[in-house]
Amino acid sequence: MSFTKSPQVFSSKVTEIEIGTGSEAVRLGGENTLPLYSFDADTKNPPLVGIDFSDKGPDTDIPGVAAFFAGADTLGAVAKRASEAEGASFVCFSLNSADPNGDDEAVDVSVAKCKEVADAVTKPLVIQGSGNAEKDAELLGAVAEALSGKNVLLMSAVEDNYKGIAVGAVLAYGQKIAAESAVDINLAKQLNVMIGQQGVSSDSYVMHVGNAAAGYGFEYVASAMERIRGAGLSQNDDMLQAPILTPLAADAWSVKESIAPEEDFPEWGPAEERGINMEVSTAMACLASGSNAVILKHPESVKTVAALVGELV
Amino acid sequence: MALKGLDIFKLTPRTNCKECGNPTCMAFSMKVAQGTAQIEDCPHMSADALDMIAGATAPPMKSLAFGTGDAELKLGGETVLFRHEKTFVSRNPFGVNVNAANVDAVLAEAAKIDYERIGERMRVDVVNVEYTGDKDGFLGAVKKAVDFGRAIILEVSDAAVAKEALEIAGAAKPILNGANASNYKEMSEVATAAGVALGVGGASLDEIYTTVKALEEAGVKDMAIDVGSASAKDAFANTVQIRRAAIKDGDRSFGYPTIVNVGKIGGGCSYKETGLASLFTLKYGSVVLMSSISYAQALPLYGLRQNIYTDPQKPMTVEAGNYPLNVATAASPCALTVDFALTYFIIAGEIERSGVPVNLLIPDAGGYSVLTAWAAGKLSAGSIAKFIKEQDIEGKISSRDLMIPGKVAVLKGELEDSLPGWNIIVAPNEAVSLVKFLKERYA
Repeated sequence: MSFTKSPQVFSSKVTEIEIGTGSEAVRLGGENTLPLYSFDADTKNPPLVGIDFSDKGPDTDIPGVAAFFAGADTLGAVAKRASEAEGASFVCFSLNSADPNGDDEAVDVSVAKCKEVADAVTKPLVIQGSGNAEKDAELLGAVAEALSGKNVLLMSAVEDNYKGIAVGAVLAYGQKIAAESAVDINLAKQLNVMIGQQGVSSDSYVMHVGNAAAGYGFEYVASAMERIRGAGLSQNDDMLQAPILTPLAADAWSVKESIAPEEDFPEWGPAEERGINMEVSTAMACLASGSNAVILKHPESVKTVAALVGELV
Repeated sequence: MALKGLDIFKLTPRTNCKECGNPTCMAFSMKVAQGTAQIEDCPHMSADALDMIAGATAPPMKSLAFGTGDAELKLGGETVLFRHEKTFVSRNPFGVNVNAANVDAVLAEAAKIDYERIGERMRVDVVNVEYTGDKDGFLGAVKKAVDFGRAIILEVSDAAVAKEALEIAGAAKPILNGANASNYKEMSEVATAAGVALGVGGASLDEIYTTVKALEEAGVKDMAIDVGSASAKDAFANTVQIRRAAIKDGDRSFGYPTIVNVGKIGGGCSYKETGLASLFTLKYGSVVLMSSISYAQALPLYGLRQNIYTDPQKPMTVEAGNYPLNVATAASPCALTVDFALTYFIIAGEIERSGVPVNLLIPDAGGYSVLTAWAAGKLSAGSIAKFIKEQDIEGKISSRDLMIPGKVAVLKGELEDSLPGWNIIVAPNEAVSLVKFLKERYA
């Protein structure tokens, strides 16, 4: 009367995508099971953790982040330090200064920064644009050209700029891109279809399907990811089989629980502890729902989540 | 396994007596199959037939209650594997591990957590008292756990010690967690005598399964399964496979709630415990136990649980009313948005970030986002004016500045008509612009 295991292995699989070059290149996706279900079948490429830093420099408001980057005075040094963070498989460089509603830094300045970062690290590189669709169309194309041959991943192509980015980054310079949509399976699919119509092959893009911090509508994120994975694996929908990459540092470190000063809520304890727990909790919830990679900010979160993935898969 | 109408029909007397209120036995059977009529409505069903139907229509996973009074918790009873299919039923309680040595310190820390979030009281739900070989110390810890007043799990596999512990804690209806392949007979006798549920564990899924089967044959009904603590990988594999066997494959012998002790698989690292507790909140832990719970851990975990266990058909809402932010007074300006919890949190967060004192007014808008509520007629000049009258905002607040969401700027004119004396201000379209807007206007 023993228990008969019935592994849930699908005939479809998540598309496998490589970023970076050389011995430190990483691969996302490739599994034919639900997320983290390594007991059903070998998880071909265990989920990855990336570390994020801004072109404005490390977030020195957070003591642990400031201490980690202490002494790194140039962008190159910061990038190198980030790439040495325990558990980080790739580095994510965010061009916050390029935001037209903020500093609106010129494209050539941003591109020079990207070059400095790319020269300083050997790990794969993800570049996040300004978040402004119009600016990113121009910016990410220029970055793709400057970093030609590095096989970087550019975030993000959205509905309003995917054409330019698909052609300018993928077709012209062979880079990878992330297709970003807002927590909805249909929007995600629609964008993937349109990107495919530009001639981008399925092994050249990942999905960024939106995110929220734990407690802030995460149910939408969980269900969107679970439905996307379900459609890709059990219904063999090849427009929903791209790996999912989820940058969540900005969400996790902007909610009240992570930033409210301890003076205002003495019983809550230090803000940094709250932020790390929020970041780790959100990251594990994303990985459980379907993310193939998460991007975090605090070195302690990076280390923790990478260690947990190592233990689970 | 759902019964078809025809299967039920075969069990009815087939006399078309109409006593159930339906024209024929067939019509009645179809309704029962759809769940719109109860089998008990037929006065002529045999006891055997009733048992069979009850068995066939029972949920694939049993539910289990433990604890008493306001500490009572319900576990299990889940019917689906994914929340987009149907609402998850029993939110997973979070508990702390205590033993003879650390009981005072852990409970003192746990007692601090008590707050409300969107109408739900958040606190440490369970105390798991572990027997570590010191009987007197264990019994002392059990006594303290009882006094703490939350639901209790007794983690002890020595039947004699378990019996003594239940003399102290039996009235609190704990789960006696400690049955395994070698002691299940004695343990089930102790649990049955005290009328409490039994937690069953084992070295492998096979061993657990065999033990559960043996207990079922002995007539034990109330059980929970301890998924084990050999490693995070094992615990996760067991938890998922137990739930999947019950719900997807209809294997009733794994249709019991699970106990997951991340305190034992987190390697003594609180961040790892937070991560694992999050994982098991999404993936099928019915009770999640940790070595201790700090506020920093509770805030994300309880929020995440609230999200995951919300009804996918029904958005979370905050109660209508005035929420003074940044120590707002009667003279502080008012801002208005909808009662959809997500919108409320985002707007309240941005206002708090601005540091500008604001009275945030939340009318009943059906739990929709701003534009949807407006399109559905739940957020109109009329409904806003009515809310301001009903809540006596004009009596409580002296400021006459009212900011409305930029997306419903169209309401400005009508509002000026229906709220004479108020200065209606159109705020930005997006929450991200709010800090700048408020600072420029009021700081």
